[in-house]
Amino acid sequence: MADNKYLVGVFDDEDEVLHAVGEVRHSGVKIHEVYTPFAIHGLDRALGYDRPRMGIAAFLFGITGTCCALLLTFWTMGIDWPINVGGKNFFPWPTNVPILFELTVLLASFGMSFTFFVMEGMGPTAKPIIFDVRSTDDKFIMAIDLSKNKLSEGEITDILKDSGASEVNVKEV
Amino acid sequence: MAHNTHEIPSTEERFEFSSESKSKLLIAAALGVVLVAIGAFLLNKGWSIGVWESHGAGHGAAAGHEGGHAAAAAHGGGEHHGATLINRIIANLWMNSVYFLGISVVGMFFIAYNYVAKAGWPVTMKRVAEAFPSFIWVPGAILIILYLVPATRHMIFHWTHEGIMEKGSENYDKIIATKSWYLNMPFFTIRLLAYVGVWYYLWTLVRKYSIAEEQEGGLDYYYKSRNVSKIFLLFFAVTSSTSAWDLSMSIDTHWFSTMFGWYHLASWHVAGLAAIMFAVLILKDKGYLKAVNSSHLHDLGKLIFGFSIFWTYVWFSQYLLIFYANLPEETIYFRERFTGHDGRYWWPFHINFVLNFFFPILILMARDSKRRPTLLKLGCASILVGHWFDFYQMHMPGIAKDQGGIGIIEWGTTLTFASLFIYFVATQLSKANLYPKKHPFLEESLHHDI
Repeated sequence: MADNKYLVGVFDDEDEVLHAVGEVRHSGVKIHEVYTPFAIHGLDRALGYDRPRMGIAAFLFGITGTCCALLLTFWTMGIDWPINVGGKNFFPWPTNVPILFELTVLLASFGMSFTFFVMEGMGPTAKPIIFDVRSTDDKFIMAIDLSKNKLSEGEITDILKDSGASEVNVKEV
Repeated sequence: MAHNTHEIPSTEERFEFSSESKSKLLIAAALGVVLVAIGAFLLNKGWSIGVWESHGAGHGAAAGHEGGHAAAAAHGGGEHHGATLINRIIANLWMNSVYFLGISVVGMFFIAYNYVAKAGWPVTMKRVAEAFPSFIWVPGAILIILYLVPATRHMIFHWTHEGIMEKGSENYDKIIATKSWYLNMPFFTIRLLAYVGVWYYLWTLVRKYSIAEEQEGGLDYYYKSRNVSKIFLLFFAVTSSTSAWDLSMSIDTHWFSTMFGWYHLASWHVAGLAAIMFAVLILKDKGYLKAVNSSHLHDLGKLIFGFSIFWTYVWFSQYLLIFYANLPEETIYFRERFTGHDGRYWWPFHINFVLNFFFPILILMARDSKRRPTLLKLGCASILVGHWFDFYQMHMPGIAKDQGGIGIIEWGTTLTFASLFIYFVATQLSKANLYPKKHPFLEESLHHDI
């Protein structure tokens, strides 16, 4: 991994960090990521992230599941080995709805999970950067990649302190 | 900063129920009654304007496709299952009463589960849901009267026929007789009174605390409302199912389904939520409820979307099990709706599914559409009409039998019920501040942001 230098601002409160994100971005600093112990409503909007497009992936995986289930049930029950169950049609649609539903849900959920892992680079060999272990406890961490910012380390530190960071650390990875 | 810019609205929002709208609603209600009379008169003359009335009036009436008239005379008095035009009117009264009773009681249900879940977000629209249950006693009284008058009771409930549970009587029906421990006059009367009475009474308590909280503030009324809500939920957990059996399932006395209670409740619930949404949107259009933002609409929209899927799930599960097992005593229920009575209930049954599943899933699935009032209104209208059809197909085949149809009578009855419902809700809305300014969760609700 390249030697990158990060500035890590530590905040004590969710409102503070949410507020600080706006101020820091306003002063032209590019934020690498914000790590929080729990989800904060509005943080993604404050960070300027696009709306997640996971819904599109979910739809595509789901519709694939529906089609697979239709093929499966139609082929097995209707064509390859038709069985007479209680005198019904060989392809009674109500009986196949649970299978359609289940395969839709199965493929959509697995597909979404894998999409998420791939897009976020969370494979089994991935090594996460832990900026500050307290972000899993009671602190809110704002990481800033110095190599991607034009401002100097001192300037960004001041900006972070001004926006309410209780401490600013340097982390090299 | 998005999260800090919530505009704090005025703390006094009093809904004005103008005398003009009052008289309009009353005129609409009267118009409904007139429409029923006209519809009945026309049908009696043999003219039909509605849909599905033209399949011929069943036995005896030789009027061909212009049928749909009463055909009462052709039936003869002695026939056990004979239905007349009166049946159709009674069936309309019954189904609309059950439908609007459900929408009303869901207002209380909504408040109760939000209190018990300590939910903060719905506080800004609390007053709207709170106004709904004031209507409970009107459909409730109609149901009780229809039940207590012997003539109408016999039309609605097959099991109340003379001697049907007495061994040796010519009307004796073994299957129905085994249900006599549950379906008997005293117990049924007590149940009906208990539903209407207890639901309404618990609502008056919650309402009283809510108004008192508005004056005095503090947490006392919040805890009291929570306790009443717990009692209501416990009571409603049982009575939502039993009322479904009593009001709807016992019409087709032989048949039963273990899914029916849930199915009925799901239908009531989603229709009630859609009505709450509609009321909120209309009030917002008129400039009230400024504190309700798009996140509130989104959350209520999610509930509506979720419960319309839940309704479909229960509806379909009930159908699938019966379809799969294919037992004659169970399939008769759907047979009656598919091909029975000249197939006149085929369309209502299937429209039900389209309006309650396909439209909502298409309209309300996307995030943006749950934030757009126009699309929300469209989805909610689909659900409200759809669940009207749901109750239509639950009650009509059993009560109106081969006299069913969708015509002036149906429009008239529904118009009357809807206008009265709006009248009651608007009256309640005008009685209290729409902005519950001293509710402990108000601040949380004002900052609701998803």
